Amino acid sequence: MAKPAHPAGEIVLIGLAFVFAALVLAVPIALIFAFAFREGAAVYFANIFERNTLHAIWLTVLTAIVVVPINIAVGAALAWLVTRFRFRGRQLLISAIELPAAMSPIVAGVTYLFLYGAQGLFGPALQTAGIQVMFTPLAIILVSLFVTAPFAARELIPLMSQQGTEDEEAALSLGANGWQMFWLVTLPNIRWALVYGAVLTNARVMGEFGAVSVVSGTIRGQTNTLPLQINLLFNDFNVTGAFAAASTLTLIAVATLLIKSVLESRQHA
Amino acid sequence: MNKLFVPAFAALALAATPVVAQPTDILNASYDIARELFDAENAAYTASGATVTVNQSHAGSSAQARAILEGLQADVVTFNQVTDVERLVEGGFVSDDWQTEFPNNAAPFYSFPSFLVRVGNPKNINDWGDLASEGVQVIFPNPKTSGNGRYTYLAARAWANEEYAGDEAQVEAYLTKLFSNVPVFETGGRAATTAFTERQLGDVLVTFEAETLAVTKLLGDDQYQPVTPSVSFLSEFPVAIVDKVVDARGSRDVAKAYLDFLFTPEGQEVAAQNFHRVQEETVAAAHAETFPEIRLVTVEDEFGGWDQVASEHFADGGLLDKVFINQ
Repeated sequence: MAKPAHPAGEIVLIGLAFVFAALVLAVPIALIFAFAFREGAAVYFANIFERNTLHAIWLTVLTAIVVVPINIAVGAALAWLVTRFRFRGRQLLISAIELPAAMSPIVAGVTYLFLYGAQGLFGPALQTAGIQVMFTPLAIILVSLFVTAPFAARELIPLMSQQGTEDEEAALSLGANGWQMFWLVTLPNIRWALVYGAVLTNARVMGEFGAVSVVSGTIRGQTNTLPLQINLLFNDFNVTGAFAAASTLTLIAVATLLIKSVLESRQHA
Repeated sequence: MNKLFVPAFAALALAATPVVAQPTDILNASYDIARELFDAENAAYTASGATVTVNQSHAGSSAQARAILEGLQADVVTFNQVTDVERLVEGGFVSDDWQTEFPNNAAPFYSFPSFLVRVGNPKNINDWGDLASEGVQVIFPNPKTSGNGRYTYLAARAWANEEYAGDEAQVEAYLTKLFSNVPVFETGGRAATTAFTERQLGDVLVTFEAETLAVTKLLGDDQYQPVTPSVSFLSEFPVAIVDKVVDARGSRDVAKAYLDFLFTPEGQEVAAQNFHRVQEETVAAAHAETFPEIRLVTVEDEFGGWDQVASEHFADGGLLDKVFINQ
């Protein structure tokens, strides 16, 4: 039975999907670069290398470098715990992992303010010890850890429950120790979910605005992350500068996705 | 032996003595639309020979007061409202005689709510009464969240008090009409400006004169023109040292030197160039052409002081809520 050629209706629908993607995705992204370069490449690079914007890029990258590995490790450990063991409170733990994703970032920010602020729960003790948490890069890292905590675990839990424990039990029965089993059996099975979790975590860490804006203190050249810096430049009537900063964030996002696709295509090759 | 021992001991003692060095950087927590002003002031301060780095944090001045109470390590504040400094006084961060530490009630510059219209003034807006006309759309920030918006409310009320000879019913009818002419209340002064300029909302923007003049210069007098009303409300921009922070950091002297600079002729000149009115006479005279004459009423004369304003007008269920029915 020969496959029919694409009927007209199908072609129209595919065409619509492309038009929709162009309008909703491609045009806004193209616009970012059009605005960023509208005064020429010299102005673009002057905007990127402006001291405070450069610092914002660095702070955003630093936050991701600290937060992504921690949340990948913690996410893997949590997913391991809830898919390989049965214990009381397991369902509760699964729901608790989801909590930061379900709540508004501004609530996360305010919660951290009430924890570590000078009038907060731990604030007075920290002050007596001479430790400043709130309104420093440390606060930005802490609140980012919280907001992105669920992303890795959310990718891993469905996969690991579906895969079950047979491979691992086989490895153990053949004499592997715990580490060997993890590195040689578990990790290869879950690595794509881990990579995807890292991509999602990274995107969210770098893009987070609401929670970070509460705990940052918005000190120029010290505690402004890229999203905060973009907002500030826009409010300063520096639209070109705002889009130049936005373009770096977009480039990082595109680069992350490219790395992911390259890794994936190697896997299937 | 002893001769060697003594200098060694002295050196040790010296090393152990804490060196009382002033920090080389301070943080100025400032209000939302003062970024350009303090970029210029800080550059001038450095040019005058100061070696200290002044870092800037900008947000709504009420939000800044809250952040300082929560631990933001600001050495000095440069706010656009006395009430926000008073919150720091209540929190024990600023001494209660802060207004006597610097000249002019510790306000190096001032401004007042004024108008910005589209070029040619197509709706013919010249005074507060025109803002309540049928078919005029007015943009100003929400008085619930913005000091700028509160100043606008008080200025409009001061005008109406004179216009209607204190007849409260007529004053409230006027203010209700004015508020119902506002299509959207932005949360801060700069957001109101961008709504008017970038989104082209409204026929008239009511904000500080400093902002109306700066926007006209930046975006072109072929697009916008400032309009000065007959009367407005004196908006003093106070500065204060945050005692609790400077005492902990040992930065009192550098913090004070920085705020002192704002009152010098150089500092005043920079403020005037950035469209803030100043008290210093020679600078004010040099910039007289920039600043049209206007009659300004004060919070003490018109409303009996900030405490009374807070309880009568801005408390929940107060006079503001009576006219702000579309909030």
